[in-house]
Amino acid sequence: MSNTLLKVAGLKKSFEIPNGMFRKKKMLKAVHDVSFEIPEGKTFSLVGESGCGKSTTGRLISRLLSPSEGEIWIDGEEVSKRKEAQLKAMRKKVQMIFQDPYASLNPRMKVRDIVAEPLVIHTNLSKEERNKQVSEILEVVGLSNYHADRYAHEFSGGQRQRIGIARALIMKPRLIIADEPVSALDVSIQSQILNLLKDLQVEYNLTYLFISHDLSVVEHISDHIGVMYLGTIVESGPQEVIFSEPKHPYTKALLSSIPIPDPRLRRERIILQGDIPSPVNPPTGCKFHTRCPVAMDICKVTEPKVKKGAEADHFIACHLVE
Amino acid sequence: MEMLLQVEGLETEFKKEKQKIKILHGVNFHINKGEVLGLVGESGSGKSLTSLSIMKLFKGTTGEISGGNITFNGRDLTNKSESEMRKIRGKQIAMIFQEPMTSLNPVMKIGEQLMEPIRLHLGYKENQAKEHAISILQKVGIPRAEEIIYEFPHQLSGGMRQRIMIAMAISCKPQLLIADEPTTALDVTIQAQILDLMKQLQKRENMSMLLITHDLGVVAEMCDRVVVMYAGKVVEEADVFDLFESPRHPYTKGLIGSIPKLGQKRDKLDSIKGNVPDPSNLPKGCKFAPRCNDAMPICFEEEPPVMTLEKNRSCRCWLYKEERGDILV
Repeated sequence: MSNTLLKVAGLKKSFEIPNGMFRKKKMLKAVHDVSFEIPEGKTFSLVGESGCGKSTTGRLISRLLSPSEGEIWIDGEEVSKRKEAQLKAMRKKVQMIFQDPYASLNPRMKVRDIVAEPLVIHTNLSKEERNKQVSEILEVVGLSNYHADRYAHEFSGGQRQRIGIARALIMKPRLIIADEPVSALDVSIQSQILNLLKDLQVEYNLTYLFISHDLSVVEHISDHIGVMYLGTIVESGPQEVIFSEPKHPYTKALLSSIPIPDPRLRRERIILQGDIPSPVNPPTGCKFHTRCPVAMDICKVTEPKVKKGAEADHFIACHLVE
Repeated sequence: MEMLLQVEGLETEFKKEKQKIKILHGVNFHINKGEVLGLVGESGSGKSLTSLSIMKLFKGTTGEISGGNITFNGRDLTNKSESEMRKIRGKQIAMIFQEPMTSLNPVMKIGEQLMEPIRLHLGYKENQAKEHAISILQKVGIPRAEEIIYEFPHQLSGGMRQRIMIAMAISCKPQLLIADEPTTALDVTIQAQILDLMKQLQKRENMSMLLITHDLGVVAEMCDRVVVMYAGKVVEEADVFDLFESPRHPYTKGLIGSIPKLGQKRDKLDSIKGNVPDPSNLPKGCKFAPRCNDAMPICFEEEPPVMTLEKNRSCRCWLYKEERGDILV
């Protein structure tokens, strides 16, 4: 059994949203009681639709946001309440890769400086040593030193994402939080980046928190999966279990709604009615009951507790599960 | 089967600082009546520009059609004037775009936007147009249609806005619906709703559809026939079952191999090396040759012609030189 690298318990985050000058402020509960663990060297994916709180969870763990409640343990250290100045050591261990490679690289910096910036912040290396490390890491992600003196706009989307990965890797982090890292890329490029991420994981024993809305990508890359809906994890478990024996009606509907690239498999889908409710005004009881095809009376009133499924590490929050 | 639209040798170019950059290099395909044709390709392949060329939507850009024919119902569209095109757009050919928020007018009520084409093309009066608008909204599954027509686009969710766009597109019973990435901006559960709706409407109205997408899953689910584009040209054309069962062009093979497929976890995905070429600096010979694993010396020298392989199947690749029937240009 390997060590647990990341442990999140009871994580909550609410945002205040303006509601007119004199009225009582409204609260948006973006993340509501999220708990999970990732063993070292494994990939845990958070999946869900827009507004489910998956990106906010990623930002809380990287401490780009401060949680309202809950614990975050990274490599045995509790970091949820640390002040900005105390976070530097933790930031060496945790790096992020962002969705939009066009927005996450400074257009006025050369690639060399973008990739070396973490070294400038965290180490006292000389310029030559930094340049040496930048060349090495660019090589690792499939670029070359020849690219180092160019600007981000000279690169294609896939190459930019490689630059973003190089920047995340240069500190030799333990945990990488990848927030929709391939969503903005074309399929042929997407597979290049997914393969690269998998190779790097083996080579550097990296732990990934992978955030995505695309279940086929998630199935490909994950060991464990957490399915989120309106701020809570409704089902979590090993990848094979979630994909072959989903128990929560939302997971089932989500899996059923993916178009499969095989025309022989045109099938009856579970099509959910209605839209995702606003997180400002979430439904009472089980948050999914407004769209759930099998909702019962109790679902409208009582929020279901997380229960253990038949398989190991399989958890479901649904009244239907005994 | 009767042909509705035929695109032959379509070339479209943009002017950039006195330079002309050609984006479409002779696109050929056709759509039959009642058929759903998928147009697939990655960013920069020219799939969206093909649809804009059919509609001649170049206002505010330097784009223009520089060659080829677009025949719709036996009439050539390329020489139609702007005012003639206006009578066709929205009436005989309608279009749905990717981003429903940017294609709806934010300061106009839903009902007014919806009634615009109805009044223009069908000549309905105020009350009749309103009734028609409400019935169309009900057809696309909008609840409380009588109230929604007095609301603004920002009051609706993404899925609802896309339903409004579809309502607008089908309001004058077009013969051809062009849908350019209609579900790309939507969440999967909402995408399933919209695809289901489009399929139902297409069947019920026996409407032809040109579905432009990068998502091969959507293609497999929706289309009868598929055209694959790369760097401004059609590289493969096939029936949807044939295409997924035995893709012929190395690019199509690469595309199908690079998507992670549900229920078939593999250690490594296939991928296509390199990037899509810059349209102002295209390689010599076959445009895909620099990324192709099967490239032969001839591929870097000479552009392959379209080779007819079997019935309804063609491919632009030198690999099939031996088994070609007659060569199309």
